[in-house]
Amino acid sequence: MEISFEVFLTILGMALVTYSTRIGGSWLINRATLSKRVERWLSYLPGTILIAIVGPEILRSGLAGIIAGLVTALVALRSGSLLLAMLTGVASIWLLRLF
Amino acid sequence: MTEKLLNIENNIENSDEKSITFTYGGLLQGVRQSLLVALSVFTYGLVFGVLAQQVGLSLVEALLMSGLVFAGSSQFAVMGLWTYPLPILTIVLTTLVVNLRHLLMGAAIGPFMRPLKIWQRYLSLFFLNDESWALTMSQFAKGKKNGAFLLGSGLTLFVAWTGSTAAGRWLGTVIKDPSSWGLDFAFPAVFIALLVGLWKGKADGLPWVVAGIVAMAASWWLPGKWYILLGGLVGSFVGAWRSGD
Repeated sequence: MEISFEVFLTILGMALVTYSTRIGGSWLINRATLSKRVERWLSYLPGTILIAIVGPEILRSGLAGIIAGLVTALVALRSGSLLLAMLTGVASIWLLRLF
Repeated sequence: MTEKLLNIENNIENSDEKSITFTYGGLLQGVRQSLLVALSVFTYGLVFGVLAQQVGLSLVEALLMSGLVFAGSSQFAVMGLWTYPLPILTIVLTTLVVNLRHLLMGAAIGPFMRPLKIWQRYLSLFFLNDESWALTMSQFAKGKKNGAFLLGSGLTLFVAWTGSTAAGRWLGTVIKDPSSWGLDFAFPAVFIALLVGLWKGKADGLPWVVAGIVAMAASWWLPGKWYILLGGLVGSFVGAWRSGD
């Protein structure tokens, strides 16, 4: 049952900002309207954030990382399954590192 | 929750704006129509649980995060930042930015929920997530305006998400020495798969390339994990700026 104060505080912060985004849209729209440009900006965020996380990470794992990444993308595209894509990625980097 | 509590006098049917209800039936409808989605949420949760174990979260901590935050992509994102001592500010800011898209969903669903009681609205909105939002909006579009649908759907996915987090966290303890099995690549692999699902067409190309380049450059020059926010923000600004008015 361990829980550190540091982790608790971080999770609490995450929970507070997340809940504020959940109620914020409904709160705002009943008082003002979002411009089309702001809407578009918000819609791009999840994708660009994920790229920013994964790009440098892949680069750090070198050529094997790039190849395994491409294989993962292909499987994800074909199967649409997160679990299968993850297993493929893990299996292919393991194989590539054997050489 | 009793029938009495949920069956509120909000079912005034004369004007369209006021035609939303909040009933036990709507709640059940939301539960039933989310069962299939819950299955896929369960697999995501398993993956999250395994990653949480890898970065050193205890079972209670992983469950606390899934229960209080309940937002998959942001939870995945911060797993990439999770090194002790925790960069709390970066983690919270990244969570905020990844979840800003909730504003869009809330703005779309907001006008429908306005006639509901405050507790009904703010309780339901705690469970707002991409899948439940899409299901609820399609119900509303069909004219089935029951505000409790969102709550029912959200609760179903909440159970799936927290349950699978626990299961995945346990699964993680079974596997020893993750990197020798290539499991350190589980993170990037998950993100790549999520990205494939997010790709909506050519318009995403430039913002994504910019985000990637800025992030890689910044990860070289800047300390810590600031490159994530920087890349994500610059890339999304490029997308919004380029697509004109």
